[in-house]
Formats: sequence, C-alpha cells, structure tokens
Amino acid sequence: MPDSPAATALKAQFPQATDRASSDHAAVHLPAADVVAALRFLRDTQGFDHLADVTAIDWAEGASPRFTAVYHLHSTTSHDYIRVTADCTGDDASPAVPSVVSLWPGANWHERECYDMFGIKFEGHPDLRRILMWDGYPYHPLRKEFPLAGIETALPDIEVAEETNAKVIPAPMAGGPFVASSGEMNLTEAEPRAKDESWNERKEKPE
Amino acid sequence: MASPNTEIAFDSKVEGEVIVSRLDTVVNWIRTNSVWPMPMGLACCAIELMAVGNGRFDIARFGAEVMRFSPRQADCMIVAGTVTYKMAPHVRRIYDQMASPKWVIAMGACASSGGMYRSYATLQGVDRIIPVDVYVSGCPPRPEALLDALIKLQNKIKREPATKNLFVA
Repeated sequence: MPDSPAATALKAQFPQATDRASSDHAAVHLPAADVVAALRFLRDTQGFDHLADVTAIDWAEGASPRFTAVYHLHSTTSHDYIRVTADCTGDDASPAVPSVVSLWPGANWHERECYDMFGIKFEGHPDLRRILMWDGYPYHPLRKEFPLAGIETALPDIEVAEETNAKVIPAPMAGGPFVASSGEMNLTEAEPRAKDESWNERKEKPE
Repeated sequence: MASPNTEIAFDSKVEGEVIVSRLDTVVNWIRTNSVWPMPMGLACCAIELMAVGNGRFDIARFGAEVMRFSPRQADCMIVAGTVTYKMAPHVRRIYDQMASPKWVIAMGACASSGGMYRSYATLQGVDRIIPVDVYVSGCPPRPEALLDALIKLQNKIKREPATKNLFVA
C-alpha cells in the first residue's frame, strides 16, 4: 500500500484500523461501528473534504463477511485520495452499516444507490429509498446471486401491465453478454457481439 | 369553330375550382404531409433526432419539423433511445394521451429490440408496450435513416383506409 500521512494518522487515532491491499491509493479497513468517527476524523483533521463515492463489494454467497462498504475520499487541498472500507453487520438478507449523510450531504444518493443495488441498509439515512430501480422492485441487481439477464417480475405500473400484458422478463442473452473485442483488428471485427454465436433467440443453446 | 380540347390533366378553365377525388386520398394527403412528431428522446438516439431537425438534414422538407412536446398535439411518437422498465409505463401513458390517428417509429436498436442492453433493467423492444409502425436499425441510426423511416411511414399513411378508421377508433 502506498505511504500516506493521513492513513498513518488514522491508524494512530484508531488502533483497530488495518491496512488494506491497494494498487493505487492508501486504503484502510475498519469495523463498521467506527466508520462515522473515522471519516469525521479524516474530514476534519486530514482535509478530506470531498466524498467521491460510496459503493460496496459482494464477496459472493456464503462468504463471511458477505458485504463490504467502500468509501472513496478526496482532498481538494492536497489532491490526495484515501479509501476506507468496512464489513457490513447483520445477515445476508439485510446487511447494515452506519450512514455518513451527517458528514457529507452528498452521501445521500450514493447510499441510496448502494441500497438499491446491494440491499445494504445505511442506518441513520434520512430517506433510504431505491434510486435507480422502481419502488417495489423485489431484488437487488448487483448481488452475486442475481443473474445478469434479470428475473421475471411485474411492470412497475399495474394499469399498463394489465393493458399491455407486458412484464419484466429475463433478457434473451443469445450467446451474450455482448462485448467489444480489443486489440489490433478492423472496426467490423471489434464491434460488440455475443462471444458464443452458436446459438441465438431462434436456435436453442446446445447442451 | 370549336377546337378540340387537347388537355388531359386538370383544367381550371373547364372544371372551375373543383377537384374530384376520393376522401381517403385527400385525408391521407393531408396527414402524410403534416406528421407532427412527439420526440420521445430517451438516450443518445435523441441527439441524432435533433440533428434531423437541423438545416443539414431538415425534416421540414417532409412536413414533420413541428416537434410537439405535448402528446395531445402530436401524431407520431419517435421513440429515440433505450426504454428502461422504469420508463416503460410512462412511454405507454404518453402514447395513450396522443390523439388518433397516431403512429410510432422505433428509432435505433434499443427501442426496436433492447439492443445491446440484454439486462434486467431494459425493456426488450418498445413494441412490447406500444404498436410500432416503422423500425429503424442502427446504433444510433444516421439522420438519413430516420428520414427514410419517415418516408416509409408516409407511404404507409397514404395506403390507410382513413375514413373507415374514423368510425373504428
């Protein structure tokens, strides 16, 4: 991990903090209970005034811990970055970490997105609703057990669903996901396409 | 001495100010040349849609330059972009608010089939919720492709039984 005076100061203040493997910026791991205090320390004494991102990691089903929340901090004075992580408490169905909206109002939507995609409850969040998927959507799409194509469920609007008989369906993958090829080749070959073209929507996937 | 009338086409001196035609033809002629689009711009295709309105491509040549942001005043919804499941009911409701007769152009791969978004969040073709008249391929389509779609739609409108439909819808 790169040397960082802020990380050193943080570890002096919070002895329970541990280093985290990182190839770019300083990264520190903390228990969930200390996250708010540690981030407040970084903001007030180390100049990390900008919360760049709040995201999470799903370490796969059955892993312990299952979810880790990740905070990316940026200092607009020293132009330095630091990454703080914390394992979520609670079970797989409802993992939780404390909210940092009290420190940065900008954390509001980051945490809502994280809740929407992973189902992590940010305790103390003033308005923890879904932000990308619609209210009432039953799944958290970035969890490892959720298939890329999606799961069949109802459209958000009952009236429109009744009138059109349309519903949310697993997307036909047809050999996908569709990815662009890289490397030296002409543009036609590099176009996004299914990697396995032996099957499509009309022809079943060979077993 | 009377000279024989050699005029084959319409002659206002002989026939006055009267043209005889079928009502369907006249109604369709009017509709064809005043297709007011409802620009349902949802993604990058909307940028190409804007280009079609500009002088270089000039959709006004086909009488369809009057982009109406109110569905009540529009005839043709141009679905330009990715329709997510969250947006889909709103697209349907806006379509429902358009007055008959109305048509739909699905512009680009996403609106036509979901395109490259084979994902949990994207409606796999806007024809799952509204009837589409013309599909345009491309990601995004060139402005000429949309103009071609408009001409195809105009040809379709010309063939419609306009007066019969008055008593159906």
